[in-house]
Amino acid sequence: MLALVVAHLVMAGLLPVVSARSRRAAFGVAAVLPGATLIWALANAREALGPGLEATTGWAPALGLEFSFRLDALGLVMIILVAGLGALIFAYSAGYFGRKSRDAPRSAALLLAFAGAMLGLVLADDLLTLYVFWELTSIASFLLVGQSGEHRANRRAALQAVLVTVFGGLSMLMGIVLLGEAAGTYRISQIVAAPPSGAMVTAALVLILLGALTKSAQLPFHPWLPAAMAAPTPVSAYLHAASMVKAGVYLVARLSPAFADRAVWWVPVVVLGLGTMLLGGWRALQEIDLKRLLAFGTVSQLGFLMVLLGAGGRIAAMAGLTLLLAHGLFKAPLFMVVGTIDKITGTRDIGELSGLGRQLPALAAVAGLAGMSMAGIPPLLGFVGKEAAFEAFLHEGGTRGWTVALGLLAGSVLTAAYTARFLWGAFAAKPGVEAREVSRPTLALTVPTWIAALGGLALGAGYPLVDALADGYATAYPAGDDALAAGYHLALWHGLGLPLAFSAVAVLGGLALHARRTAVNVVHTRLRHPVSAQRGYEAVVAGLERLAVRVTGRVQVGSLPTYLAILLITVLVLPGTALLIGGQWPDDQMPFHSLIQLPLGLMVIIAALALVRAHRRFTAVLLVGAIGYGIGGLFIVDGAPDLALAQFLVETLTLVAFVFVLRRLPAHFAENTSSSGTRIRKALIAGAGGILVAIAGVVLSGAREAPPATSAEFVRLAPEAGATNVISAILVDFRALDTVGEITVLLIAAAGTASLVLATRHDRRRDGQVKSGSGSPEHEEELLR
Amino acid sequence: MTASPNTPERVPWKQWDEPSGQWMLPGEHPPTAERTLLLEVVVRILFPTVLVFSLYLLIVGHYGPGGGFSGGLVAGLAFVLRYIAGGGTDLGARVGSRIRLRPPMLVGVGLSIAVLTALAPTAFGAPVLASAKLSVAVPVVGDVDLVTSLFLDVGVYLLIIGVVLDLLRSLGSGIERDAQGAGERS
Repeated sequence: MLALVVAHLVMAGLLPVVSARSRRAAFGVAAVLPGATLIWALANAREALGPGLEATTGWAPALGLEFSFRLDALGLVMIILVAGLGALIFAYSAGYFGRKSRDAPRSAALLLAFAGAMLGLVLADDLLTLYVFWELTSIASFLLVGQSGEHRANRRAALQAVLVTVFGGLSMLMGIVLLGEAAGTYRISQIVAAPPSGAMVTAALVLILLGALTKSAQLPFHPWLPAAMAAPTPVSAYLHAASMVKAGVYLVARLSPAFADRAVWWVPVVVLGLGTMLLGGWRALQEIDLKRLLAFGTVSQLGFLMVLLGAGGRIAAMAGLTLLLAHGLFKAPLFMVVGTIDKITGTRDIGELSGLGRQLPALAAVAGLAGMSMAGIPPLLGFVGKEAAFEAFLHEGGTRGWTVALGLLAGSVLTAAYTARFLWGAFAAKPGVEAREVSRPTLALTVPTWIAALGGLALGAGYPLVDALADGYATAYPAGDDALAAGYHLALWHGLGLPLAFSAVAVLGGLALHARRTAVNVVHTRLRHPVSAQRGYEAVVAGLERLAVRVTGRVQVGSLPTYLAILLITVLVLPGTALLIGGQWPDDQMPFHSLIQLPLGLMVIIAALALVRAHRRFTAVLLVGAIGYGIGGLFIVDGAPDLALAQFLVETLTLVAFVFVLRRLPAHFAENTSSSGTRIRKALIAGAGGILVAIAGVVLSGAREAPPATSAEFVRLAPEAGATNVISAILVDFRALDTVGEITVLLIAAAGTASLVLATRHDRRRDGQVKSGSGSPEHEEELLR
Repeated sequence: MTASPNTPERVPWKQWDEPSGQWMLPGEHPPTAERTLLLEVVVRILFPTVLVFSLYLLIVGHYGPGGGFSGGLVAGLAFVLRYIAGGGTDLGARVGSRIRLRPPMLVGVGLSIAVLTALAPTAFGAPVLASAKLSVAVPVVGDVDLVTSLFLDVGVYLLIIGVVLDLLRSLGSGIERDAQGAGERS
């Protein structure tokens, strides 16, 4: 399974080569891998529904880290969404993006990388593996929403999405660590089999829920999802309807069998889920942009799924899994329909679209088919799921059961209403709005839409298939002695009963609400939102910025001597005190053990003293170089040629870098204007710092009591690692991870230096005029050379 | 290059030893740079030698002083020499006719090689960063031991060269223009 995930990522890296030749071919190639994944998953369905298919690759056994994957019923459903809908959306993208589109190569590669990350997320059986893929999807979403970064709306939406989801992700990481430590394992299957308990676990669950709620755009974090609609429609259809936003729901579904009976788990999930469902549905009723209407619909549906999968209980779990599948199969085609409408008419505004249904009956039909599933009309999959959802809570009864059931009914009424509003807004002939002449959408746009929508119909009619999946997931919930719950199966016809009545009320109520849409609009305008989640987000971000400005203003005073003094005093106070208390001067300390050390040491000391007296910057730089070479010489005397070589080379390079910088600075140091008192204080601090370091060097190196165990081991093992030079063996073998880390730091440092220096270049003198302000395009050219 | 050295009475003294020929590969010069024959000839001779020496350091690192870090620094210093003699126009090398190798790319390639070397053992079921010794029989030379961790060193080598070139590119950017602006050239 790791191979499948890696194949996605590698393929994504290679995709730009294909898109350089043909944009469409790139999307076609990209569709192959998700398609293959779907086939692989379906071929293993029998095993997945039974014991589950496992695969583990240890990648750092010493740290106990491994990639462990597991395919089970829930994973299979998510793969149908991620890979199945993914393949369809790649096909759709081939028609959506133009042949010359500049966004297409980037989007194709990122979408495929996202598909790989999402696949890893749903297959992961290790909480840390899951977390890594979780954040990768957030990053992919950021890049896909941001697109080229040329539009303000894209940038803002991308930033909001990434801030909210990564905030949740980080808190989730804390929760994961707490949970993993409490359980003694990070394997999800083991944690679910034997859930730990205690105060630490309670905290862990709250933190994990925070991650799940932000990712799935639940109250009060939901505004990022409608804002993310700034992305191209295929991206929205894939990430923000079918797969990524389901990650939070998925995580809840994954852990619910273990924790759903705890109030700390189900109360926030059910309360916030219901609230989100109602709020999302209500907000969808006032949207005039078809895409944002669907986005609020998604928010609402995600709340619905949260309630079902977080409440616990066998029937609710079955309903949740069914609706999880159904939602992907109706929301993705609806988004594709919006994309098609946007593409052929150039607008998504309800007020500007009219009479499209008569001109494009096929498109209206496919939208209607998907919409029926969304509203919960038989014989579509949405109906099957909703029926089970009502049954779950009506059967449970009691205060909780009835409250939730009535809440779901209200949410379903709203769902039916915004479905009607969507279909009416997109296709109905509206009086006073002129119908536009439109061209027919291409096959690449319509065929994937039809396949996805017909999937909802086929699975609705063929509900036993879904029942097998849902049953496979719901076995994790012990039904106890409840015969009805234990024997419940999905079906189109359960006989006359309350659930059917609820379904009917939902559809009829929704239609009635839509019929009175002008009255609804009036209520909308009257209801001013005193508390807005979007404003809350903005206030938090603005507050953080203000705080950052204040802290930076306090800490960064802009005086180099002050910084140095703070650093030195800290060193003097903390390690200095420790040294005074615990340090012991070694008895066998010799002044020197080789005569050549004397001239070298003398050279370093003289250069250091001269450095203090130097007036010209260039002299100072040369003297610093002399000190460095002198120390390099001392290294040679002490038998460290590797160290000395590196020291000489770095010293030389530093000299060159200094010379480059010096040409921007005055030749002489500024006249010292500070009073003699300040100067003496500076000299005292600097001198004390230097002496402390010298003493620390002697004391610490003399503090070793036994010969180091590891270095002897290194020397013994070095030939085995193919190196007779033990330094090299340490660098590239024994401590290779450190080396990789260090060169990464170098990369960051180089990038930072280049950006800082080049960023200040644009206000240089040019043609006798000093230009300042933002860089011009030709300036950028020069930098990128 | 307007005046020829054969007519010294017309050439300002600062340009007396300016070479008129192309001494360094690829031979392009910023028209504003001052040229000195001595430096260019020395660089022309030293540059390839130092590069070869840096490769030697890279490979010998397993057996003596050297390694990717030192080798990369030596190669970087060769480029520094070249930069001082020839200016900054040739900091990005061309590979073939289409791919242009810029310093940041070199840094990225270096890190990629290092990370891929680190991850590669997992494909063979070994833990991350494990190394293996491969013995290859080369005719004439005899058995050659190749340690896979050499690739990590190659990554470090490339990255260091890239860092040095990037430093030159950024810190040295616009050096000719500044010289002009400051009136250092007539």
